[in-house]
Amino acid sequence: MKTFPMGGVHPSDNKKWSNTKAIEVMDLPDVVNIPLGQHIGAPATAKVAKGDKVLTGQLIAEASSFMSANIHSPISGTVTAVDMQVNGQGLRQMMITIKREGDEWLPSIDRTPELVRECKLESAEIIARIKDAGIVGMGGATFPTHVKLSVPPGCKAEYLIINGVECEPYLTSDHRTMLERGDELLTGVEILKRAVGVEKAIIGVENNKPDAIEHLRRLIAEKGYGVSVEPLKVQYPQGGEKQLIAAVTGRQVPPPPGLPIHVGAVVCNVSTAVAVYEAVQKNKPLIERVVTVTGKHVSSPRNLLTRMGTPISKLLEKAGGLPEGDVKVVNGGPMMGRAMVNLDSPVTKGCSGITVLDGAEARRGVESPCIKCAKCVAACPMGLEPYLVSKLSRRKMWERAEQERVTDCIECGCCQYSCPANIPLLDYIRQGKQTVMGIIRARAAAAKK
Amino acid sequence: MTVLLSTILTLSVLGILAAVVLYFVAQKFKVEEDPRIDEVEKMLPGANCGGCGFAGCRGMADALVKNDDISALFCPVGGGDTMKGIASYLGKAAPEKEPMVATVRCGGVCDKRPRTNTFDGAKSCAVASSLYVGETACSFGCLGYGDCVDACAFDAIHINPVTGIAEVDVEKCTACGACVKACPKNIIELRKKWPKGRAVYVGCVSKDKGAAVMKACKAGCIGCGKCEKVCAFGAITIENNVAYIDSQKCKLCRKCVNECPTGAIKLVGMEPLPKTPKAPAAKPAEGAAAKPAVAATPAGDDKSAATAKNESVKEQK
Amino acid sequence: MANKFYVAPSPHVHSAQSTRSIMRDVLIAMLPALAVSTWVHGVDVLTVSAIAVVSCVVIEFLIQKFLFHGECTVSNLSAAVTGLLLAFNLPSSIPWWIVVIGSLVAIGVAKMTFGGLGRNPFNPALVGRVFLLIAYPVQMTSFTAPVVEGYTDAMSGATPLAAIKAGVPVGDVDLLSMFSGTIPGSLGEIAAAALIVGGIYLLWRRVITWHIPVAVLGTMAVFAFIVALTDGGGALLWQLPAFHVLAGGALLGAIFMATDYVTSPMTHKGMIIYGIGIGAVTMVIRLWGAYPEGMSFAILLMNAVTPLINKYVKPVRFGLATDKNRKA
Repeated sequence: MKTFPMGGVHPSDNKKWSNTKAIEVMDLPDVVNIPLGQHIGAPATAKVAKGDKVLTGQLIAEASSFMSANIHSPISGTVTAVDMQVNGQGLRQMMITIKREGDEWLPSIDRTPELVRECKLESAEIIARIKDAGIVGMGGATFPTHVKLSVPPGCKAEYLIINGVECEPYLTSDHRTMLERGDELLTGVEILKRAVGVEKAIIGVENNKPDAIEHLRRLIAEKGYGVSVEPLKVQYPQGGEKQLIAAVTGRQVPPPPGLPIHVGAVVCNVSTAVAVYEAVQKNKPLIERVVTVTGKHVSSPRNLLTRMGTPISKLLEKAGGLPEGDVKVVNGGPMMGRAMVNLDSPVTKGCSGITVLDGAEARRGVESPCIKCAKCVAACPMGLEPYLVSKLSRRKMWERAEQERVTDCIECGCCQYSCPANIPLLDYIRQGKQTVMGIIRARAAAAKK
Repeated sequence: MTVLLSTILTLSVLGILAAVVLYFVAQKFKVEEDPRIDEVEKMLPGANCGGCGFAGCRGMADALVKNDDISALFCPVGGGDTMKGIASYLGKAAPEKEPMVATVRCGGVCDKRPRTNTFDGAKSCAVASSLYVGETACSFGCLGYGDCVDACAFDAIHINPVTGIAEVDVEKCTACGACVKACPKNIIELRKKWPKGRAVYVGCVSKDKGAAVMKACKAGCIGCGKCEKVCAFGAITIENNVAYIDSQKCKLCRKCVNECPTGAIKLVGMEPLPKTPKAPAAKPAEGAAAKPAVAATPAGDDKSAATAKNESVKEQK
Repeated sequence: MANKFYVAPSPHVHSAQSTRSIMRDVLIAMLPALAVSTWVHGVDVLTVSAIAVVSCVVIEFLIQKFLFHGECTVSNLSAAVTGLLLAFNLPSSIPWWIVVIGSLVAIGVAKMTFGGLGRNPFNPALVGRVFLLIAYPVQMTSFTAPVVEGYTDAMSGATPLAAIKAGVPVGDVDLLSMFSGTIPGSLGEIAAAALIVGGIYLLWRRVITWHIPVAVLGTMAVFAFIVALTDGGGALLWQLPAFHVLAGGALLGAIFMATDYVTSPMTHKGMIIYGIGIGAVTMVIRLWGAYPEGMSFAILLMNAVTPLINKYVKPVRFGLATDKNRKA
């Protein structure tokens, strides 16, 4: 069984709470808040003002640069505000607020369920449609997909890798998508192949989803999709972009500024592939996504097909509410997700799940001295020495942190997960990484002058 | 006997040889340096705090000796006297700078600013502020994890365990600016140092609109502008929904303090102005009823209140 | 809502392993050896172990409470592990006060002076043992013959290593009794089979990795094999390597002492270098040194090298290997 070359941990996957729950359509929200910055890159520019009427799927904010993404209205109704609103982290962010009136879709969107397999479009045209539809990486990184698919000059793509690993514990949205929307997914992958211009497309799936692997393989055999499925060892962070490429192709992406394309790989999430299918074949922009709402003590965990902008509190309500006592509500999975303080914040393009941790799991253990057990070094999938990099960052020794390659860190959390002394290794490493990257940028800017 | 002699002889010869080699090496690699640098370094406080902008006192001394115009260089720790001494030694014009003191511009103490969640990550303001809003709903206020405390080389800033906010020890503060750089929320400012620790400043930097401020913290500046109107010296400006008092223009007249509806303007080391008789004309009962109680408190009462507070601090400890 | 919300940066889950659970696993792994030793040498073994564990824990507690005025961390069991390891390095006949002095040196000098758990450069139990070996050489090297029934004293109370040093040919040594533990020796080092069982337990619990034990024992075996090739002493080729791996503190050292987290290197490559160093130094001392056994000295010597190994032996960084290949 293939896997990545170094490090990794085995957290209990806790997917049983929701992996048998079929995708349900979430009730339409009455009011949505749509943040203008819900992707990596520059925030979009609002194209609507207070009082404007919008239809479902209508463009409401436009990409402000190449590294940005369009945003469309997830419901039909009236824009009530374009103002600063509090996001999940409690910080103020520019959002468009829309009050729902019915659900009238833009007529150009094909809402029929029939599968449209045939796609004769040229690469540039496909990418343009993906850009129009505002598609970003839906695994959580929210990197604009059209940027990823635009292969820079001098590089050649050889592999299209579709990320169906879903190595984050608890989350099952990609798993359910593979099971229930296999045809759309595989058609989407074929479209992506045309867009990137590659022969080989491989869907990497972690081996704890045998039903998904079997289902996709059967569809491929029956309908002759030009895609293959690669089962991967259950090991976190198998779904990290660099780890997945290494597992599937055996090639290691060089450290920053190295990109996947430098080893000939383009990686997309399975949900992204489905969104690509809908955008290209059905003219439907990215206005909804599957969100797993789960937790050990959530009474009815679910996978909900949710319109963007729906308040997260509504999803939690649908899943039976929060358990009593100490809780931590995480936007995403427990390894890389962000803890939230404002549950009325909206579902965004990168929100693959809401994980509720409660009781002792909500709290961190008490930090004790480092016993130099070297578990963090063994766990690091990037071959770093987390104990050292963390210590250097904590002491603000930025130059040495840079020498110890702090910028290679992918923030997967393996080091902190495995630390028996409960040291907040990653908290400091992340700080060091941000500071050192700032220093490097400043240095580059100074060198230009 | 011969053994003894030969040992002494060999070792002596070795020693002399090494001395000669060392002498030539030292001559060859000798760095010609202005002897005044050493002298100036001795005159500097030797704290190596970096408050002057150089890595240490040596760097500062080097710059002082080499630059003809030293008006831009100032040692905040040594202050005016040290600089005067150095300037007269070097025969240059002494830089003039008023003494400054670090000021924590946040009044969001625990009972004014309710905690909405518990932060469980690394106890570092930088970590918390890069993650989220903080334990309260105010995204501008003091987080209280003490990055400034770690940065201070003079033990002059501490987190008050009762208020959860950093407090500056005016006596120990040298205005080196290390805490200013360490604070991720940019709350700490170097302000003009008045005698006896007196100060008037806006204890809030929240750029949120008034309603949002009120919701998050009862001691925040809501940007109402009353203080700006009352200031006779043009020291107060309102920008981004927050008032700012220019410490260079402020004359400590204290008029603004009584105007502030939320108590965001802090008055330190002085009694507030008594309510002027003309105030009732401008302001109806509400303000007059609430404020004089504070304003009229005699000095003795103030002290007893302070001791009572100290005792409560001890109890909580 | 009656919820109390917690917020922290990711990750939000944690493995079940803690410092305490690791130390507990180490203690569990030492139990088989302790049991065999008790069977072979009688209840004295348990007395010595109890004195060592209790005195280590009490000394750590007192130092933390009255000298450091700090948090008391004896509940993480690290002092208990040090105590039991120290006991494992002592003969069962040792007077109780020597055990207490050993604990005082181990915890007080080797561990707490450097700031406590995680900061000590040398393995505390070994510092304690080496101190006692130098200070009380007679008591530390007079071993009682096994009390187990059917034992025939072929080597008159001498450990196998001492016997070899005294000139007994390797061919005459009973390797089987060395494996089972019915020999004289320090109370934790005699039971080779039980130590191996403990080692397997630690590997299974992911407390240790294979790198250090394999490097130490492998080096010793290879070293002994080469020596046997050049100067066999009449024994079969496999006898000398087997003897050296089973004799003295080799297994105890390789599995329990050299793998001490704090004093061993952080990378797998470093661990192998460290293990090879320990194996080689041990063999040099055993074959050509004044002492019959060199494990403790070898480990302490390599402890001193550990910071250097950590500085120069770095893990393979992800992505850099490919980069080089491409350029080459």
